[in-house]
Amino acid sequence: MAKYLLLKHYRGGPDRMPNCRTPMDQWTPEEVSAHIAFMQHVADVLRERGEFVDAQALSPEGTFVRYDAEGRPPVTDGPFAETKDLIAGWMMIDVDSVERAHEAAAFLSSAPGPDGEPIQEWIEVRPFLEHVPSTTD
Amino acid sequence: MTDVEALVRDLVPQVLGVLVRRGGDFAAAEDAVQEALLEAVRRWPDDPPEDPKAWLVTVAWRKLLDAGRSETARRAREERVHDEPGPGPAEPHDDTLLVLFLCCHPSLTPASAVALTLRAVGGLTTRQIADAYLVPEATMAQRISRAKRTVAREGVGTPGDLGPVLKVLYLIFNEGYSGDVDLAAEAIRLTRGLAASTAEPEVAGLLALMLLHHARRAARWSADGSLVPLAEQDRSLWDTGTIAEGVGILQTALACDRLGEYQAQAAIAALHCDAASAEETDWPQVLEWYDELLTLTDSPVVALNRVVALAEVDGPLVGLRELASVPDTVPRHTAVEAWLHERAGDTATAADLYLRAAAAAGNIAERDHLTKTAARLRGSRP
Repeated sequence: MAKYLLLKHYRGGPDRMPNCRTPMDQWTPEEVSAHIAFMQHVADVLRERGEFVDAQALSPEGTFVRYDAEGRPPVTDGPFAETKDLIAGWMMIDVDSVERAHEAAAFLSSAPGPDGEPIQEWIEVRPFLEHVPSTTD
Repeated sequence: MTDVEALVRDLVPQVLGVLVRRGGDFAAAEDAVQEALLEAVRRWPDDPPEDPKAWLVTVAWRKLLDAGRSETARRAREERVHDEPGPGPAEPHDDTLLVLFLCCHPSLTPASAVALTLRAVGGLTTRQIADAYLVPEATMAQRISRAKRTVAREGVGTPGDLGPVLKVLYLIFNEGYSGDVDLAAEAIRLTRGLAASTAEPEVAGLLALMLLHHARRAARWSADGSLVPLAEQDRSLWDTGTIAEGVGILQTALACDRLGEYQAQAAIAALHCDAASAEETDWPQVLEWYDELLTLTDSPVVALNRVVALAEVDGPLVGLRELASVPDTVPRHTAVEAWLHERAGDTATAADLYLRAAAAAGNIAERDHLTKTAARLRGSRP
């Protein structure tokens, strides 16, 4: 069993599906509701399979922050216009294989958009490093 | 853990086994045993029973019948209402083995078998198992209940092949400890129980292997929490009592003359434990055992570890030649390659490879160790 993070960026689907690049604020309210209901459905399915660990959404309003010097306030930058660099949210799963992690990510990516068509957005799949190596040498 | 908890946890698989043999549906019986356990923990401190196992069987059986949750349980009740055993002593037969076979059913995924074994054989709560594997309790509850449904559907079959059982126990052992449950110690406890009910030398071999690794646990971590490789461990921290026990169990197993992979691995671990310093390791014998292990398993992981032993015996260049025949997809392949180049004196190549190995490491402790090794070889900045 290994844990994976399924990262949702603000990245649309492939070019052959131009419809699915339509920003969400141009969807109908019903299409938005259907999309959100599907996300909940994915979490429910993963929970029922004993694979769900966590799901969170992030506000797009973010700021970059860094240390400057002793006694000086932190340096801030942003927010940035390029939304494809931002993370919209994530799902954390605990699954038997990397193949299963990809299957779950593809399921998440099949979420409906305009006209109920799958938006086919890119999902970044990242394995977690374990904290400890196995007990044996 | 209280005395009562320790006692009931030893009895869990035996009680569950009795219920299943009496015709109880596995999933419902497991629930009933868990409920009986809770009642035991509540009532025994003030009112200890004369025969704890009989008490648990009686209470769990009553809960199973009361629940009537499954068709099988209802059928069993109708059929058995006349010949239900009285509250006398329970069957002396130990059903741990039967329950272990069910929990490690080949149709289950490894993760499901591990979770079910820890609950139905180990007597841990779902919360404890969830904490140990860092998932929400609701997720672990689903994992266990799916596993129980699979087992109930597949049935007992003909238990006989211990292979899947030993694999599950070894997986639990390898998880070490996280949360408040020491899974390595738990795996040792369960394997001890299994070893007591079967004379199969591979069971003893696995128990010996676990003990020999467990004995070195205190030396595997430095004070700042970083990983200490075998060659650099402070051997005075090794637990000599546990080593002696492991070696004794292994010798008895080997005397049966039915070698298996766990006995061979334990033999290698015993040779390491036997060396007062890394330099005194009997590498030729370690290599012989790797040859045995390779013929038993044909595993590329074993082939990779064998390369290390070979290099210790015949030198790093022989090791590098042999490494070429091991698929480079095997985890730690790059780390071994780095170590061989370091041994051969090519520190620049070794440092590059250690960095690559660090990037491919599956856990934080190993990654940090490999990164530090690369940094040490590079030396300080000019």
